[in-house]
Amino acid sequence: MIDSIKDFVSWFFVTGDPLIYGADVSIVLTTVAIIFVLTYFGKWGWLWREWLTTVDHKRVGIMYIIASLLMLFRGGVDALLMRTQLAFPDMKFLSPEHYNEVFTTHGVEMILFMAMPLMFGLFNIAVPLQLGARDVAFPFLNSLSFWLFFMGAMLFNMSFVIGGSANAGWLSYPPLSELTGSPSVGEDFYIWGVQISGIGSLMTGINFIVTIVKMRAPGMTWSKVPIFTWSVFSSCIAIIVAFPVLTVTLALLFLDRFLGAHFFTMDGGGNAMMYVNLIWMWGHPEVYIIVLPAFGVFSEVVAAFSRKRLFGYASMVFAMLSISFLAYFTWLHHFFTMGSGADVNLFFAITTMIIAIPTGVKIFNWLFTMYRGRISFETPMLWTLGFIPCFVVGGMTGVMLSAAPADFQFHNSYFLIAHFHQVLIGGAVFGYFAGLYYWWPKIFGFKLNETIGKWAFWIWNIGFYVCFMPQYFVGLDGMTRRLSSYGWDRGWWAMNFTSTIGGFLMGLGFLFQVWQIAHSIKFMEKDTTGDPWGARTLEWSIPSPAPLYNFATVPVVTDRDDWWEEKERIAAGKAPKAKPALEPIHMPKNSSIPFIQAICWFTVGFGLVFHWLWIAIPGFIGIAATMLAHSFNYDTDYYIPVDEIKRTEAEAGRIV
Amino acid sequence: MPTSKLMRPLITCGVLAGTVMLASGCKSMIVFDPKGPIGLQQRDLINITMLLCLIILVPVLVITAWIIWRFRDKKGNKAPYQPVWSHSTKLEIVWWGIPIAVILVLAIVTARYTYALDPAKPIASDNKPITVQVTSLDWKWLFQYPEQGIATVNYLVIPERTPIKFELTSDGPMNSFWVPQLGGMIYTMSGMATTMYLQADEPGNYMGTGANFTGRDFAKMGFTAKATSKAEFDQWVAEAKNSGNALSEEGYQQLAKPGPSNRMTFASVPSGLFERIVNEYSTSRGAPPGYTIKAETLSEEKKAEHTEHPESGQLPPGNNAQKDAHDINSFGQSDPKAHPMHMNHGK
Repeated sequence: MIDSIKDFVSWFFVTGDPLIYGADVSIVLTTVAIIFVLTYFGKWGWLWREWLTTVDHKRVGIMYIIASLLMLFRGGVDALLMRTQLAFPDMKFLSPEHYNEVFTTHGVEMILFMAMPLMFGLFNIAVPLQLGARDVAFPFLNSLSFWLFFMGAMLFNMSFVIGGSANAGWLSYPPLSELTGSPSVGEDFYIWGVQISGIGSLMTGINFIVTIVKMRAPGMTWSKVPIFTWSVFSSCIAIIVAFPVLTVTLALLFLDRFLGAHFFTMDGGGNAMMYVNLIWMWGHPEVYIIVLPAFGVFSEVVAAFSRKRLFGYASMVFAMLSISFLAYFTWLHHFFTMGSGADVNLFFAITTMIIAIPTGVKIFNWLFTMYRGRISFETPMLWTLGFIPCFVVGGMTGVMLSAAPADFQFHNSYFLIAHFHQVLIGGAVFGYFAGLYYWWPKIFGFKLNETIGKWAFWIWNIGFYVCFMPQYFVGLDGMTRRLSSYGWDRGWWAMNFTSTIGGFLMGLGFLFQVWQIAHSIKFMEKDTTGDPWGARTLEWSIPSPAPLYNFATVPVVTDRDDWWEEKERIAAGKAPKAKPALEPIHMPKNSSIPFIQAICWFTVGFGLVFHWLWIAIPGFIGIAATMLAHSFNYDTDYYIPVDEIKRTEAEAGRIV
Repeated sequence: MPTSKLMRPLITCGVLAGTVMLASGCKSMIVFDPKGPIGLQQRDLINITMLLCLIILVPVLVITAWIIWRFRDKKGNKAPYQPVWSHSTKLEIVWWGIPIAVILVLAIVTARYTYALDPAKPIASDNKPITVQVTSLDWKWLFQYPEQGIATVNYLVIPERTPIKFELTSDGPMNSFWVPQLGGMIYTMSGMATTMYLQADEPGNYMGTGANFTGRDFAKMGFTAKATSKAEFDQWVAEAKNSGNALSEEGYQQLAKPGPSNRMTFASVPSGLFERIVNEYSTSRGAPPGYTIKAETLSEEKKAEHTEHPESGQLPPGNNAQKDAHDINSFGQSDPKAHPMHMNHGK
């Protein structure tokens, strides 16, 4: 009896590695600390009412951002573990098994649990405010999306200490990810973590498309929609077409593993190439899904900090929509080397090159937005300016990779690694940082310290080039990705060591950002204007942080940069736009169902990971029950009375 | 602004450092030091694409630096300020036109090279090609020389100036076969055989590696491709044949078990081994008529074997998709001539 319990425990929990034990201890301590603080200050009710059950897009956005920054920390630590292992030849810092788990986790964390939620956080914060809306189209669904993402991410993260992590790469190609290659539960944690959060992502895509189509303020025609919102629109189109592919692909892989189906096994009629095609049919649009909103952020920031209208608005919109369309026709460039033949390779090589055209046009438009403007260098603009050279170089190496026969020499080498980090960090991450710095005062009502922010920017940027430029060269010297170690004879040491230094510099940059936030909270510099940057779009016309109902009266839009034009009119001595009388505001009620249902999803995922149907089936019942409960709940809305609106506006210093 | 002052030198330094690194590094980087016709053409293509990209890259970086400097928000900056100027059809046509023109050139160049460098296209040569059958295993490479009747593990010897026809498959996860100085690269996948022609123009030891992650000891899948003169190659073949170390069916099963391996040389290989490795997985997929019967026979044999050797499975119990050693056992005992084998070729 005792022995069987011992066996179970040593199989259930990850054991045998001091790093893991350290992590176990810190997880337990952190949990205890959180519980203690919440109890000591009597904050459980506050947590439940104000956050866990909220349907307010601004709060959902904040929760997305906090979760994604935590994931950035974890993914970053994974990156530094890898860079340490590769700093010297024949390092024994991580065992090969551990290294494989770390790089798999790093990829999944960064793309799915860092980039996606940080992006959704910015969607949530900015889109309704830019549209002049009171919330997203489906606030309940929005909350459910967040909690599905969060529970999916937790399920995936749990494999770190329970059962063992996935170790077949972030896209887990079969047959390696089948039971033959990966018999442990790590792969199932991967499947269910990604699956559950993927359903949340799909719902977010639908939600924001409907929001943008249906909830624009009166007068906001399509040609007056702010450019960031356009970028969200094009990204969401890509989401609703691409994510179902991911859901189906992972479901088939799970059937292979759970029921012994043979969709992707090499025997029994399956074909692993099918999986590789399917996963990249999602995976390639996915990279555009995460980079398009970053383009939107850059477009907003570059106009605001150049004190000038965005150059070539129509071109920009067309370019983004064409990117989200073309994104579906390039997936095969991830495996030119599979031997599909010259005709197929050429088709995908050319489609890939074509995508560089609208992207290049956007760069020129940003440059000419600055041209004949007045550029100031606050942190959002710094990240935008850091993005341009970085992304241009990354795009150039991308075009080099797209030439199929040349790719035979680049594929899966560190040249590729350097390329995609350059476009994903230089494009998406810099973009989200720019967006986060830009909207921070609107989200929290205070500004971040600019001096520390500039330090963080420069350390990050220098660290980036030191880390990834050498990787191009070591890739051309034959080093392939996912190597857990290499010998002295290869001659890769110097480049790898340099790269590791760069990696740690980026980590230092991150610490500066943490310091910046902590410092700014302590010496809070409140934003009383609501428009600290002198920006252009509607979200800056309301107080910071935005009140619960966003807009006391729904704005009537007459221009593309409506707030900027309004400020110009006032500065020219003309009368501001007339505001209608206050009316009670119709708002959605909080709901506990999203949180509870997401826990049920987590339960299902956890049960199926271990093939414990006695856990999974109650979870399924819980999902059905919460869905039913919500269907029959008609008490979902309320009105904010005029008095309360007046009081809130007066507190924010606004006379209504 | 101190930051704007820092920006320009940083970009300049970056471009300079990049150019210097490129110029100095190209010679030592093996992709830029090809020793065969395929690698040579691939290097040319890389150079062309890089040049075409630099034609855009360098001016864009220079313009960026100049715009940031010229239009910075500083008192007394006399540069024009036109806050509502946001459209110019002429200018936009120009910068839609430039990338379109460059991509057009690049597409034409790529098209020519894509057909010229199709991996399965034979290399024109006066010397008769030699076939090498490559199998990626967990975690080692098996190279069979069907014409010479020998085999090696984790090293490859080829005669110079002779086209080598590689036929590649996998008995395990998907890998990728890469010898950068001869040219790259193609996936090895179980259940099918891919073809790639390479050639070495001069003798030397060239690094080879697996390029697609296959699990625990993936990092130990490096190998050496040694190019020698024809005479030395023939002598090496003769020595290998006389080494007396034959690869048996059982030996192959041992070899196929997960784990790294040292270099090995085999004087002979079982007849039709490569074809059987390919077909092992393809009985129900694109296999010719008659194969189903064979598959059934096999599964009967498997059952029999399984009861005889219950310990033969590699993986923990409950693993319903495992590829057991007895799978290979069974076809090892069937006479290949009695069951005609076919290869899925060039899929």
